[in-house]
Amino acid sequence: MNHWYFILGAYGVTVLLMLVEVVALRTRRHAAVAAAQASLESPRKS
Amino acid sequence: MALNWTRFASPASFYPLAGTMIPWFGWGAAVLTAIGLWLGFAVAPTDFQQGEVYRIIFIHVPSAWMSMFLYVVMAFWGALLLGFNTRLSGMMAQAIAPTGALMTFVALWTGALWGRPTWGTYWAWDARMTSELILLFLYFGIIALRQAIGEPRRADRACAVLSLVGVVNIPIIYYSVKWWNTLHQGASVKATGASMETTMLAGMLVMSFAFWFYAIAVVLVRVRAIMLERERGAAWVAGLPEVNR
Amino acid sequence: MTMAATVPAVVEAASGADQDGALAGLRWAVTRDLRLAMRSRAELGVQLLFYVIVVALFPLSMTPERNLLATMGPGVLWVAALLASLLSLPRLFASDHADGTLEQIALSPYPLEALIAGKVLAHWLTTGLPVALLAPLLALQYYLDGESVAILVAGLLLGTPILSLLGAVGAALTLGLRGGGGSLLALLILPLYVPVLIFGAGAVDSVRAGLGATANLSLLGAGLALALVGTPFAAAAAVRIALD
Repeated sequence: MNHWYFILGAYGVTVLLMLVEVVALRTRRHAAVAAAQASLESPRKS
Repeated sequence: MALNWTRFASPASFYPLAGTMIPWFGWGAAVLTAIGLWLGFAVAPTDFQQGEVYRIIFIHVPSAWMSMFLYVVMAFWGALLLGFNTRLSGMMAQAIAPTGALMTFVALWTGALWGRPTWGTYWAWDARMTSELILLFLYFGIIALRQAIGEPRRADRACAVLSLVGVVNIPIIYYSVKWWNTLHQGASVKATGASMETTMLAGMLVMSFAFWFYAIAVVLVRVRAIMLERERGAAWVAGLPEVNR
Repeated sequence: MTMAATVPAVVEAASGADQDGALAGLRWAVTRDLRLAMRSRAELGVQLLFYVIVVALFPLSMTPERNLLATMGPGVLWVAALLASLLSLPRLFASDHADGTLEQIALSPYPLEALIAGKVLAHWLTTGLPVALLAPLLALQYYLDGESVAILVAGLLLGTPILSLLGAVGAALTLGLRGGGGSLLALLILPLYVPVLIFGAGAVDSVRAGLGATANLSLLGAGLALALVGTPFAAAAAVRIALD
């Protein structure tokens, strides 16, 4: 059992999940800003 | 100086404050991670019994601590919501849940990968692992409940009640190593001192702060997105520079 | 299924001289819910039958070797009790909510916490108690000895009320949601049920291993005390949230 695989798996997945979280957040923020802009342009359209 | 805390209780004033905080905590997390990993890999020695694989501790313990800490903070915001009915409390609780769930999963995952080479098994149904798994399900439940209830105010309050009912699990996780003598080692880090090699401890503590700063930054980003989503029609949103482009 | 009379009138008729608001409310709620449950006895029977069938499934699904079954038995009997409790939970609030009675109940002068406690008591009497009393019969299939069965029943008697109490919180939180809250209710409640399961089944296991069951049963008792004190308030808060 090469212990480095376990270390890599542990650190790797953690970094991956954090990256996913950050990317998802940026997407969410951009969508929220876009939606806010849309409701600004046409107040009747929510 | 008497600081009027309640000024920041409104989303309109908290939004810019959070915006200035995010880069500090984000870069702080990056710097602390660099220091922590340097301490963890370059400075801390090889463990006598476990070899190199113990270095997983530098993620496992910080994420486990954060998983518990974030839940308590989320429950705290829930209690504030139920007590004072401020919108921001509900938004903060909503923002914390996904990051808390992530930390819990990371703790379980890294624990499994640490357990296999050292104890011979990826999983054991000991008290701490079981209650950490329950914590993950509690987080999922809160997230699922919020999705199921469309109306944000009702969802806030329902999730607050649920998180407060589940907060009983946190002391169980924390004290489980003391109450049940099973697989997990006894507490090595106590308020009175630690029984661990100093450099290892230093690395672990620095990484704990790194995770904490990361969590703060991420939660603040999320809460700002939530504020934009929920307060879409409000005047203060219309006045924001990023919306007014 | 509505009670035509208003809450205060029925309470006066039922409780006579008892003036204490909480106790009167509790008595009213228990009486009413038991009466309603007795009208649909078939439904209760079906839930009990579900318990019986689930317990019977496990020996059928594997080699019915005596020692294996005796080891699994406590766990299976407990998990089946959990599932049976889960299945019956929507009944606690759903029909009252559907015809508006729940709102009337929440508006009544009696403390909502007491009324909910009464409903939970009625629920336990029609769900948890029968399960606990039926368990010895079903434990025969698992070759459990007398002492184990006694501890099993003791644990179920302590634990099933906790299931009803926690379940009430979950049922109130998921009131009126699409999907009936069935799977969502399970997701919310099962993590909270786990300690009850662990100590309940653990009590029987420790008896079979020769150690005493005192520790496990005491912890169940403590859990029950905690649940009795805390859950009516949480459930009442959840009901108010759902009714807003």
